[in-house]
This record gives sequence, structure tokens and C-alpha cells, in this order.
Amino acid sequence: MAYSLNFDWLSQAAEPIAHGAVATVGLIAVTTVLGTVCSVLGAAAIRSRSLWLRRAVGSYVELIRNTPFLAQLFFIFFGLPSLGLRLDPAAAAILAMTINLSAYGTEIVAAGLDAVPKGQREAGHALGLRPMLVFVKIVLPQALKVIFPALQGQIIIMMLESAAVSQISVRELTYEADMLQARSFRAFETYFIVTMVYLALSIGLRRILGFSGRKYLIGGAP
Amino acid sequence: MDFTFWDILRNLLLATRWTILLSVIAFIGGATLGMAVLLARVSDRYWLRRFAESYIGLFQGTPLLMQLFLVFFGLPLLGLRIEPWLAAVVALSLSASAYLADIWRGGVEALPKGQWEAARSLGLHYPNQMRLVILPQAFAITRAPVVGYLVQLVKSTALTSIIGFDELMRTSNAISNATFEPLTVYGLVALIYFVICLPLTRYARHLQALKPA
Repeated sequence: MAYSLNFDWLSQAAEPIAHGAVATVGLIAVTTVLGTVCSVLGAAAIRSRSLWLRRAVGSYVELIRNTPFLAQLFFIFFGLPSLGLRLDPAAAAILAMTINLSAYGTEIVAAGLDAVPKGQREAGHALGLRPMLVFVKIVLPQALKVIFPALQGQIIIMMLESAAVSQISVRELTYEADMLQARSFRAFETYFIVTMVYLALSIGLRRILGFSGRKYLIGGAP
Repeated sequence: MDFTFWDILRNLLLATRWTILLSVIAFIGGATLGMAVLLARVSDRYWLRRFAESYIGLFQGTPLLMQLFLVFFGLPLLGLRIEPWLAAVVALSLSASAYLADIWRGGVEALPKGQWEAARSLGLHYPNQMRLVILPQAFAITRAPVVGYLVQLVKSTALTSIIGFDELMRTSNAISNATFEPLTVYGLVALIYFVICLPLTRYARHLQALKPA
């Protein structure tokens, strides 16, 4: 049987695809903000003096890094309601994505903290700054500069992995693709177009993150 | 029918065989194909290099789930029957080949230029320069990231449940639906993946530590 590709359905598909792309970008934007904050807190904890804190955050990082995102997502969405925590799909997706990104981000930011010379911290203390201020104003900006490319890469990986949240019916790009192919019976063409949209998103995201990173981190850090 | 905790665990462990088998096959397939991509990526021919570069960029810049769907719905276009296991093996091997080629490229490019020159001055031709001098060293210095990638590969097999391959994740969905104990089932699933991946992660870290800076 000869099969010919058919893209006639595309004219009606532009809108759902655009909606899905916006939703995917929204998910990763929220996750990036929450995940970066949590990563910094996690890194501060994992390099802190408290043994208990180091152990706790270290176990969290190991647990998340060694289990699939899909399992984490299903655990949160299907498992947690039996403990009384019922989340709607979008909230569960953002929670799972933030928990996942933060685990990798914690390791990345911690490596950045290690890269800042000890003298920087000592100089801060010698100036009479409080430890909190030394961390926020002196150590952290320098660490973020070093680890920015790695963090950017991890955010893009997270964006690509977010395709899995379609499985708990979050209406993002993959979900829209599933719906479209069910209507048009043009599964291959639909997923091909949507894959190209993802490729464009990951290239675009890299550009935007790279640009804002250079502007706010490398160039104008206080 | 009632499921005890042990019934759940036994069924999950039986399904784990397929997760491990798929990981191993995809790794072998990915390494074989990845070798070809690597050779193209570091070749002297501009177009071959550009092609390999786009190949790697394509697989690293799109979701694995989409790649699985494309292979799953694309195989019938080539006249092959839709089989979840075949689509899973093909898609994961393709994806692994891109990642492994990129890791090994890093190894090849990290070697000092003198290694190439020394190989040439020994009178070796390009294939032998590669086979005897460059690749063994490139493989040796990239062992840690390759083991690290293996962890990623094991975890990514979970996505094949979505196209209907009966591995650990898909079995757990079925058991969860049958027992109404999602917390136990998904908790156990996470634990099983953890037990598979943690030794690999530890081993990768060990290899990383061995490496002279």
C-alpha cells in the first residue's frame, strides 16, 4: 500500500498548536523561576554546616536524579491524592517539573559555589558584612556566572521532558498533538510538525536564555 | 482478585526485565550507530560533519516522546508493522546514538593534536590512526559521561510505556488501576528505578574521580 503524506489538515491545526506551544512555554517559564530559586536554596543547604541539612538535601537530589520524570509525575498526580493532596493536572505538572529541575539545579549551583575562590568570602567577612549578605551579594553572583550555561542546558532538557505531562492531560503542546492526530488520522505528519515546533522552541529558548544571561548575569551583575 | 503487596512487587520485578533488556539493546544499538555518527562528526569532509552535527542537534533538541511517536507512526509508512517494542528499540537507539556520538566527539577533540601527528608520523593511514590511536584514548577518557548517559537511558525507557511497550512503567499503570493503590505502586516503581540507577550513578562518579584533572 502506497502512503502519501498529507498536510491539508494543517490550516485548522495552527491554532491548537500555537495554544499548546504557549502552554509549554508557560510551564517551563514558571518552572525556571521556581526551579532556580529552589536550586539556589538547595545548593546553600548542601554546602551548609548542618550535617542534617546536607544529608536531607543530598538524598532528595539522589532520589530525583535516579528515577524517571514520568514516575515522579505519576507519583505526584496519582499517588499523592491517597495522602490527601489532590492537585489539578497543571499544578501537579509544575510541581513535578520544579522538583525535577531543582534536583539537577542544586548540583549545578553547588558546583558553582565551589568554583568561587575562598578569598572572596573571606574578603566579604573582613569587610564586616553579615554571612547572609556575603552569600547573596558576593558568592552567589559569581557562582551563577560560572554555572549559567549548565543551568541553561538543564532548563532546555526540562522543557523537552515536559512533553510527558501530556499524560496527565495538561493541555500543552504534546497533548494538542495527541488530540490533533486523533481527529485528522494523520499521526506521522502531526507529530512531525509538532516535533519541529519543539525544535524551534528549544533553539528559541537557548537564544533568549543566552541573551538575558549575558545581559543580567555576565554584564550587569552588581 | 486481590493483590497482596508481594503480588504487586513480584509483577513489577517481572516487568523490570523488559526495562533492563530494552536499556541494554538500545545501548548496544546506540553505540553501534553512534560510532558511525562520531566518524562523520569528526571527519575532514565538511558536509559529512555538518550532517552529523544536525543529526545530533535534532535528537538533542526535540523531546524523546516525539521521537518515539514519529518512529511508531513512521514505521508503517516504510511498510513495517506497528510493534511497540520495535518502535521503542529503534527510537531509543537513534536517540542514544546522537548522545553517545556527542560524548565521544568531546573525547576526540580533547586529545592533544600531537596524538594525530604521532599517529601519522608512524605511517598509519586515517582508519588505523582512528582505530589504534585516537578512538581508544577518546573512549577511555569519556567512560564517566558514557556511564552517566546510561542512567539517562534507563530512565528514558519509561517513556516507551506511552507507545504501549510493556515495561516497568506500563505494568505499574496497569497494576495501579487494578489495585487502587497508586501510592504503593508508584513508590515501588520509583524505588526499582532507583536501585537500578544508583549503582550506575555511583560508578560514573567513581570514574570521574579517577580521571586526572
